[in-house]
Amino acid sequence: MIGLQHYLTLSAMLFVLSIAGIIINRRNLILLLMCIELMLLAVNFNFIAFSRYLGDETGQVFVFFILTVAAAEAAIGLAILVVLFRTRRSINVQELNRMKG
Amino acid sequence: MIFEAMLFYLVAAVMIGAALGVVFARNPVHSVMFLVLTFFNSAILWLMAEAEFLAIVLVLVYVGAVMVLFLFVIMMLEVNVEAVKRGLTRYAPLAIAIALIMVIELIQLIWLRSRDVQVSSSFAANPEGYDNTKALGAVLYTEHVYAFEIAAVILLLAIVAAITLTMRKRPGLKVQDIAKQVSVRAKDRVRIVKMDAEKKQ
Repeated sequence: MIGLQHYLTLSAMLFVLSIAGIIINRRNLILLLMCIELMLLAVNFNFIAFSRYLGDETGQVFVFFILTVAAAEAAIGLAILVVLFRTRRSINVQELNRMKG
Repeated sequence: MIFEAMLFYLVAAVMIGAALGVVFARNPVHSVMFLVLTFFNSAILWLMAEAEFLAIVLVLVYVGAVMVLFLFVIMMLEVNVEAVKRGLTRYAPLAIAIALIMVIELIQLIWLRSRDVQVSSSFAANPEGYDNTKALGAVLYTEHVYAFEIAAVILLLAIVAAITLTMRKRPGLKVQDIAKQVSVRAKDRVRIVKMDAEKKQ
């Protein structure tokens, strides 16, 4: 019988995979943004599973707001990416060292 | 019941495979395609968890809008893929080791309780006539209405920010300046020159 723990396991695997993706693909800014989307998806999985398990809709309301904010974040992040590419002709994270941070 | 479990494992396996594809694909366009597959499969899993409204929203908003935005930007930028991907393998063993340790620990933690005590982890059946969309709306528009309005403002902010960031003023563009056109007076444009009349030779 599929239950809470199956969903939580799946979410943990997805989350860890996206962390590995951020470490591996840390050169490419677009792939970093995609890995962040995957990570938010894993968090949403947890919320949905617990909402269903506890019979409380508040978890699904949280997922709704996370989806909203993630869409806004993706739009602004991609806009910054386009401006960056226009000025530097590159989206390599390694070359973004102008601020010497 | 056994069919449901088989469907869950099948969809979950496809989802994890697609997520691996997102991380390890050489081409960013392939990564976005795998990401679409991941989101679609997770929408199926949300449907199986009876979160129908959010599953449909995930397909419509994420696959329909955000992923298309990603594809659009990737195809517009024409990034040199090989140059970006060159340093891939240096950190890969460390990342995979960290990921394996974390996932083993998390799975141990999740299944800890079910081994000791017989805790019922399966989902209770929803009551008769339960409507997920209606229930979600009833909570969203009453208890969380302020958060809902803030979400609307955040979306507006995203629109304004994205447009102001990417709008570019090109020099030498011929555009009308309406204020200047309206405020112009006749003496700015016409100059009356007084001169003597010509005499017959």
